[in-house]
Amino acid sequence: MSTRILASTTRRILRQLRHDRRTIALMLVVPIVLLTLLFFMFEEQDRTFDRVALIMLGIFPFILMFLITSIAMLRERTTGTLERLFTTPVGKLDLLFGYGIAFGLAAAVQATVAAALAYWLLGLDTAGSLGLVILIAVANAVLGVALGLLCSAFARTEFQAVQFMPVVAIPQILLCGLFVPRGEMAGWLAGVSNAMPLSYSVEALQEVGVSAEPTGLMWRDLAIVAGVVVVALALGATTLRRRTP
Amino acid sequence: MDTAVEVRELVIRRGGREVLHGISAQIQRGVITGLLGPSGSGKTTMMRAIVGVQVVRSGRVTVLGRPAGSPALRRTIGYLTQSPSVYADLTVRENVRYFASLYGIASDDADQTIRDVGLADQARQLVGTLSGGQHSRASLACALVSRPELLVLDEPTVGQDPVLRDELWKRFRQLADDGATLLVSSHVMDEANRCDRLLLIREGEIIADDTPAAVKAAAGTDDLDQAFLTLVRNRTEEGS
Ligand SMILES: Nc1ncnc2c1ncn2[C@@H]1O[C@H](COP(=O)(O)OP(=O)(O)OP(=O)(O)O)[C@@H](O)[C@H]1O
Ligand SMILES: [Mg+2]
Repeated sequence: MSTRILASTTRRILRQLRHDRRTIALMLVVPIVLLTLLFFMFEEQDRTFDRVALIMLGIFPFILMFLITSIAMLRERTTGTLERLFTTPVGKLDLLFGYGIAFGLAAAVQATVAAALAYWLLGLDTAGSLGLVILIAVANAVLGVALGLLCSAFARTEFQAVQFMPVVAIPQILLCGLFVPRGEMAGWLAGVSNAMPLSYSVEALQEVGVSAEPTGLMWRDLAIVAGVVVVALALGATTLRRRTP
Repeated sequence: MDTAVEVRELVIRRGGREVLHGISAQIQRGVITGLLGPSGSGKTTMMRAIVGVQVVRSGRVTVLGRPAGSPALRRTIGYLTQSPSVYADLTVRENVRYFASLYGIASDDADQTIRDVGLADQARQLVGTLSGGQHSRASLACALVSRPELLVLDEPTVGQDPVLRDELWKRFRQLADDGATLLVSSHVMDEANRCDRLLLIREGEIIADDTPAAVKAAAGTDDLDQAFLTLVRNRTEEGS
């Protein structure tokens, strides 16, 4: 790995994103629209809105970055740029971290815009600070990037890549505590939920929701998410083969 | 004779079929070697093995004294894939500058390479909006920009007009004169005549490895097109 190559790869990925104005607009506008929708759905129930909107601030960047990354990586494979990069001094880690950093930055912008709207226009109320919410949202985005990189190795076409979204994301969203509190799930279901990284980032967000100061549980959850990111990136690195049949 | 690439008994299987059947060849340093053969004969596969991105069944490929694919080689080779491999959602300049940056090469040199391939007017255009021939040249620029010691070019002039083809070949000749080694695959016999050496490959076997003049003499004709047909057919008859 080299800092120069990592920096120029990150810049290149951000430039590609910048040329795609429509994707940027969708990235910024969709969470705003959905949060606004939630606001009106729960107009009479302030507490529910606070609970659901907070969790959604974590889920949006996860889903979005998972999709964007798996398609971007698939394109690198199918257009031959990956094959070519592997004949240059680029290292696998330059590429993996390049995607992680570039899309992590994009997610930070997205999370800031969405959270600002939720707090100041829709009256979202959390005991903890806005900064922690954004931190957890970015961790979720990086989780999405890492899982997206990994899953793209198992897709041959963009159609297949998109199909991994329901496979990977929806079970996590169903079981993360958004619909049924994790404490009330049947034992085996709770076990499955415990094995899913999104459950921990949602729990971390809920901690920020209820306590003014960052709690030990929140840091532990964040560490678990970071651990999963590292494992997923390491597995992703093994799927990046310089030599192909 | 100074060897840049040595291929020994190279066997490659792709998609469950053996594609290269134990070929051996040497590529000389500082000259242009043409790699010719019918479609599907294994040219791209052999090039992929030389640049180190092809899984090899058995045999050995040595490039500039090291096993193909060694990390140290990645600074010294340039590879042009057969279908253009550049980022469609970046401009020509952004693409070439990105590939230049991987070698620590300045943006000015990248801009010079863009002019060299005749894309000065398109430098700010998105690659996705270029014409077919321009698209290939954008990809070529990304391979040339690092001034590699060994250039492996898979059909670099396909889709270019005769004037541009001539200019590109003059540039290849200049690079060889400056000491670079070039391996260029092609279907155009007029281009084969501009090579110093020819490697003829048919169904995964090398059927000739010589200068263009010697290849023509061996086939008993003055016309390389004819020589090529004769050599390919002779082998077919021997085989049956
Ligand atoms: N990814 C692959 N999987 C399976 N078989 C492959 C693959 N790529 C190429 N082949 C087969 O390997 C053989 C050699 O292919 P190769 O691309 O090396 O030919 P080529 O000489 O470059 O042809 P062309 O002049 O058409 O580019 C062909 O029979 C081809 O069908
Ligand atoms: Mg080919």
